[in-house]
Amino acid sequence: MKSMEFEKYRIEAENICVDYNGKVALYDATLRLKAGQICGLVGMNGAGKTTFFNALTGFVNLSKGKIRINGETLKTSQKDQAVAYVPQNEGIDADFPVNVWDIVMMGRYGSMNIFRSPRESDIQAVKNAIERVDLVDYSFTPIGDLSGGQRKRTFLARAIAQRASILLLDEPFAGVDIRTEKLISELFLQFKNEGKTILLSTHDMIHVREFCDLVLLINKTVVAYGDTSEVFTPENITSTFGGMSPDFLFGPES
Amino acid sequence: MDGSFLTIDINSFITEPIAHEFMRKAILISILITSVCGLLSSFLTLKGWALMGDAVSHAVMPGVVVAYAIGVPLSVGAFVFGVGSVALIGFIKHKSRIKEDTVIGLVFTGFFALGIVLISKITSDIDLMHILYGTPLGIPLSDVKQTIFISFLVVLLLSIFRKDLMLYCFDPRHAKTIGINVSFLHYLLLTCLSLAAVVGLQAVGIVLVVAMLITPGATAYLLTDKFDELSIISVLSSIISSLIGIYLSYWLDIAPGGSIVLVQTFIFLFAFLFAPRYGIFKVKKLLSSSN
Repeated sequence: MKSMEFEKYRIEAENICVDYNGKVALYDATLRLKAGQICGLVGMNGAGKTTFFNALTGFVNLSKGKIRINGETLKTSQKDQAVAYVPQNEGIDADFPVNVWDIVMMGRYGSMNIFRSPRESDIQAVKNAIERVDLVDYSFTPIGDLSGGQRKRTFLARAIAQRASILLLDEPFAGVDIRTEKLISELFLQFKNEGKTILLSTHDMIHVREFCDLVLLINKTVVAYGDTSEVFTPENITSTFGGMSPDFLFGPES
Repeated sequence: MDGSFLTIDINSFITEPIAHEFMRKAILISILITSVCGLLSSFLTLKGWALMGDAVSHAVMPGVVVAYAIGVPLSVGAFVFGVGSVALIGFIKHKSRIKEDTVIGLVFTGFFALGIVLISKITSDIDLMHILYGTPLGIPLSDVKQTIFISFLVVLLLSIFRKDLMLYCFDPRHAKTIGINVSFLHYLLLTCLSLAAVVGLQAVGIVLVVAMLITPGATAYLLTDKFDELSIISVLSSIISSLIGIYLSYWLDIAPGGSIVLVQTFIFLFAFLFAPRYGIFKVKKLLSSSN
């Protein structure tokens, strides 16, 4: 019965707690997402957004609670290449000697042999992914020579090449140009139609209203969770940000 | 006439040293050792493990002495203490509020001191100067076999897991997300580091082995934006350094270890000043690298 229930969800995180050396970073957080849903993860710096991503990718161990991905354990879902993580631009070593092609190919590593030697199908997948993010002309450009938006698209292409069913995106709209922003929002719609599930963290309130079916407001734990239209209220946002008004935090446009 | 005189001179400059068997051996073994360290260097540079390389190369010292005393291969002792030191660094960092660079400095000097004390107390058969400063000219045959074996082992491991290690250095979180065993890669790189330290110290000694693990990678890092080229340049500059270094040591009668490392440093300085893209003077590239 239990596993039947799990199968309905792409992501099911149940009362998860994470602490770093006894310092609590996240507690009693629950999140359930189905196929085709886009959920915004909103909170202050240090509210546990990155920790939430870390937990879902298996990068940190849970001190309590459990996570199921497509009804499976994290270990199985990792083997299945189910989750792709698209890092923040700041989290990338831009001086690393790799080009766009190399990075997108990393999305295929999990399904290759031990030497990670690409098969024809891998090469095709990488080509297609690079085409979808409109970087064909930059295929062999070193990562250091790319703009912020192009870098973001490179890592999106890696997630596409991985053929993951779940995408975790850390600040996908931070520091990108208009063209990239437009391309990302088009991709989001395509992903949604393909039945992929997206969890994205963002500081931009407008993007939440624009793209996210659901929103998860966190401040070490879940402050509010549900349909964006119902949950994303000024009161909830204010309490998520420790009593400060969103206007103060995000400027008048929000 | 002057020209022919010069030719003869250069000829004998090159051929005279290799007329001696011990010199041929020294050159070959140095090339092997520095190549292995150079290959590893390309990973350490990208991982930011220079200080770790320093720590491990010093921490293997008590391991070498203990192994010698109880009669097991020196590499086994070096390996145990090398990996042990890193485990200890991790443990202290985890359990205290002291910053990592402080912990690294603290642990490796402690291990190093233990090594010196052990040498003075347990055995007088090991020449302290030999361990500290190395000498590719006087490596005994049993050590040569061991060195060759370890060198091939390290090259084999780095070749098999080359792409995984590259990914681990670049984006460990992605590696973890797609089910690659990140802690295995961490300890694999550490193992290779310990093994390279023990072969490297025979050639240039404990004090300078870290240079062979850092300098070639740093030089290559200034010269290329491609990972494969990084490794190739790193190994090539290591080979050139050991050749020139040994020859200089023969003709100028200087310490071979110091000589090899000094040549590496000069090659780095050259790249630092004149690298096409990243050098201070940014010598203009004639051909664009973006094909």
